[in-house]
Amino acid sequence: MNARILAATTWRILRQLRHDRRTIALLVAVPAVLLTLVYFMYADQPTPPGAPSTFDRIALVMLGIFPFVIMFLVTSIAMLRERTSGTLERLLTTPMGKLDLLFGYGIAFGLAAAVQAAVAAAVAYWVFDLETAGSSALVIGIAVLDAVLGVALGLFCSAFARTEFQAVQFLPVVVIPQLLLCGLFVARDQMAGWLQALSDALPLSYAVEALQEVGANAEPTGRMWRDVTVVFGAVVLALVLAAATLRRRSG
Amino acid sequence: MDDAIAVRDLVVDRGGRRVLDGISCTVARGAVTGLLGPSGSGKTTFLRAVVGVQVVTGGTITVLGQPAGAPALRHRVGYLTQAPSVYADLTVRENARYFAALHGRGRAEADRAVSDVGLAGAAGQLVATLSGGQRSRASLACVLVGDPELVILDEPTVGQDPVLRADLWARFHAMAAAGTTLLVSSHVMDEAARCDRLLLIREGRLIADDSPAAIRAAAGVDDLDEAFLRLIRAGAAPAGGAS
Repeated sequence: MNARILAATTWRILRQLRHDRRTIALLVAVPAVLLTLVYFMYADQPTPPGAPSTFDRIALVMLGIFPFVIMFLVTSIAMLRERTSGTLERLLTTPMGKLDLLFGYGIAFGLAAAVQAAVAAAVAYWVFDLETAGSSALVIGIAVLDAVLGVALGLFCSAFARTEFQAVQFLPVVVIPQLLLCGLFVARDQMAGWLQALSDALPLSYAVEALQEVGANAEPTGRMWRDVTVVFGAVVLALVLAAATLRRRSG
Repeated sequence: MDDAIAVRDLVVDRGGRRVLDGISCTVARGAVTGLLGPSGSGKTTFLRAVVGVQVVTGGTITVLGQPAGAPALRHRVGYLTQAPSVYADLTVRENARYFAALHGRGRAEADRAVSDVGLAGAAGQLVATLSGGQRSRASLACVLVGDPELVILDEPTVGQDPVLRADLWARFHAMAAAGTTLLVSSHVMDEAARCDRLLLIREGRLIADDSPAAIRAAAGVDDLDEAFLRLIRAGAAPAGGAS
């Protein structure tokens, strides 16, 4: 890795994003619009006394899931474009290291996700009165980590797609099982044993649990830090696997 | 190590087909060497092997004294792919500055490379909005910006208008005069005459390796196109072309 090359690559990816105003608008606006939808869906649902409202429960988890899903999708397409346009092969003939490219994507899209998460959190807290016992800064921090997880998985999965058609198909394969099993729909301890085991193996489960810990506790808990560490480990693992898919020589 | 590139018994198979079949040749430093051959003859595969991005079946390739693809060569070798590989969603200037940064060069060098390929007027334009010829020149600028010792160009002049093509060739020769080695592929014979030396490949085999004048003399005709035709018909190459 080389700081100059990493910085140049991060900057280049952000410039590409900057030229694409429609994508920026979608990145920032869509989570807020969806949160609005969720708010009105549950507006008239009764809340049992003492329990968090359904909106609070779902909105908190969604704040982490949006950046994960969106950055997974954006990254798999961006990386696929690097592969199909020949720029990846060209980059690999320059002094750039593989990690410069992978971390460049992680940092650039992580920054984009930070903006996205901050806007979505602002809407959730200020417009819809989301209440969490823990700090909103932690919620945003975990959301950014989720985004980086999405970027890392996207970088890895793009190696298995030859076309954009195939790349988008990885969304249902990689993302939806994690959404179903992360504890949003059915609490994880109420699932059948084998589903729980599956859920335990998927990184998004830990990301969601970390957010729920922040929602329920005023101070960061040990469990939250453990969850954050697991997600971070999954990011590193996905990046290492992604680096292994970047071949300087091909047939 | 006088040669910039030394290739010995190079064999490459792609998709179960033999694309290069035992090529041996050398490329001299500080000269423009043309790699000529019809479409599908293996030119791009040969260049990819020299750059070190092609899996080879057999043979050795030494580039600037090191095995092709060695990490130390990434600072010293510039490669222009046949299809322009630049970011369509960045401007010409942004592309050049990015590739400049990868090679540790600054903005001034990037801007100079852009004007060297005749794109100063389009520097602020997104690559996606450029014509095919402009796009390939933008790609070329991103090679030149690194100021490499060895420049490998895969069909750099396709789609360029004649005046620009002459400008580009003048630039290639100026670079060679300053000590840069250039290996340039083309399927246009009138470009062959502009090279200091020619490698002609056909169906994965080297059928000529000599200066344009020597090839004309050997075939006994003035026209290079005709000379190559005779060489192919004769079925034999002036082996090694030691001169």
